[in-house]
Amino acid sequence: MKKIEAIIREEKLDAVRAALRDSGYLGMTVSEVSGHGRQGGLTLQWRVGEYKVDFLPKLKVELVVLDEDVPKTLNAITSAARTGEMGDGKIFVLPVEDAVRVRTGEGGENAI
Amino acid sequence: MPVNAADTAWLLISSALVMLMTPGVALFYGGMVRRKNILSTIMMSFAILALVGLLWVLYGYSLSFGADNGGLIGGLDYIFLRGVGQEPSPVYATTVPHLAFMIFQAMFAIITVALITGAVVERMKFSSLLVFSVLWLTFVYCPVAHWVWGNGGWLAKLGALDFAGGTVVHINAGISALALAWLLGPRKGFREKQPMEPSNIPMVAFGAGLLWFGWFGFNAGSALTAGGLASSAFVATNTSAAAAAFTWMVLSWIYRRPTVLGIATGVVAGLVAITPAAGFVSPMMGIPIGVGAAVVCYYCMLLRMRRGIDESLDVWAVHGMGGTWGALATGIFASVAVNSAGADGLLLGNAMQVLKQLAGIAVVWIFAFGATWVLCKLVDVTMGLRVTTIEETVGLDISQHGERAYGGMLR
Repeated sequence: MKKIEAIIREEKLDAVRAALRDSGYLGMTVSEVSGHGRQGGLTLQWRVGEYKVDFLPKLKVELVVLDEDVPKTLNAITSAARTGEMGDGKIFVLPVEDAVRVRTGEGGENAI
Repeated sequence: MPVNAADTAWLLISSALVMLMTPGVALFYGGMVRRKNILSTIMMSFAILALVGLLWVLYGYSLSFGADNGGLIGGLDYIFLRGVGQEPSPVYATTVPHLAFMIFQAMFAIITVALITGAVVERMKFSSLLVFSVLWLTFVYCPVAHWVWGNGGWLAKLGALDFAGGTVVHINAGISALALAWLLGPRKGFREKQPMEPSNIPMVAFGAGLLWFGWFGFNAGSALTAGGLASSAFVATNTSAAAAAFTWMVLSWIYRRPTVLGIATGVVAGLVAITPAAGFVSPMMGIPIGVGAAVVCYYCMLLRMRRGIDESLDVWAVHGMGGTWGALATGIFASVAVNSAGADGLLLGNAMQVLKQLAGIAVVWIFAFGATWVLCKLVDVTMGLRVTTIEETVGLDISQHGERAYGGMLR
């Protein structure tokens, strides 16, 4: 099992969710995060003039997939979330020790 | 004179309208500070509503409107509201109960002190603010109110016109704010250009809405009678607010985009500038006064930021300079055809009125800055003006008041 953590643009959530559903993954956890990579900050206006905010709003999509599904999931997220501009985000893949489905108590791969 | 029911009803309603402006200031300022300081900013206005509301009936009204002492200060004859009752005063608002005039004036004193708090948000110690407020009301507001509005006040005798408080309220608060911010020093991170992001702009817009609504009581109520003059001041007020709001929106749009923060600021600038003029100029003069207010305040705000002065919420730029422009504009656009108690201005051939207005402006600028500086120093050496660095970093909501605006992890 691997955990996929994808930082994506806010406006790409629907596309990413649809692509993951097509790859057979219905569940995920989404959170609002802020951060920055190489992309510059956001310039906002005050009463007069403007100020810069370094951290931009992004969404973090988390889900756990079977080892053999990692390539196709990464592919699905990448193609759905890409615009080609800076700020498209990043995806991290982490090993997962175990998982438990709370309702049934099932463990391991059966739980995901 | 007998009590006039219509005048009394209008003045009591106006008092309630002006009261609502102070919670308006709380929201207007509260939305412009960072999330960790929203409550402390709101608390400043509410505490002043309570504090000045008490001080005014105890002695503030008497110092401002009591029997004149050399044109400088009122006497102690109205202390604890002695002799202020259901009968009209012989000299102020002679068609309404003296109590109605007194409470109308109370609301002005309250909002003037509350306006100053925009300069000190996110760093001033709450206890020091309370002590400063008592001193400032006593030694700055009461004398200036007496000079301009008190029977026998020396600025009134000079012939400087101030219908609803351009000098007493706005210049006074704006200049004092500048002195206070100067002594207090900038917020931590201000010099390093950390973004001081407004945490709730919808709240700012709501606050500006309450201010606009309440200002009808402030300006049209200052006619002290329900009739033609109140109506004229009402229309002038709305016209100036509209003209300034629209102008600020355009300036912001020329710069980049039309912003809510910008239009809300424009509303207040227009209302400030028409305040001294409202009952002395024809309602159409609200247009040049409002447009001028937006331009003056917009560029003063830019200047303040370029100079790196952390007068945080621009009380000087909006109230000090908007009030200065308004007081000057009163000398330009005034007409006795609107108000026989007023004077003709520059446009009607009376250049002297501009000089009288300038004298009034200069006196309040100098006195407000100097007196505030001294009072502020006094508080600084005795109890300190600022919170500690760690209290400032954590935020004043938690460090000064032990609560937070948006709490709770579980929905």
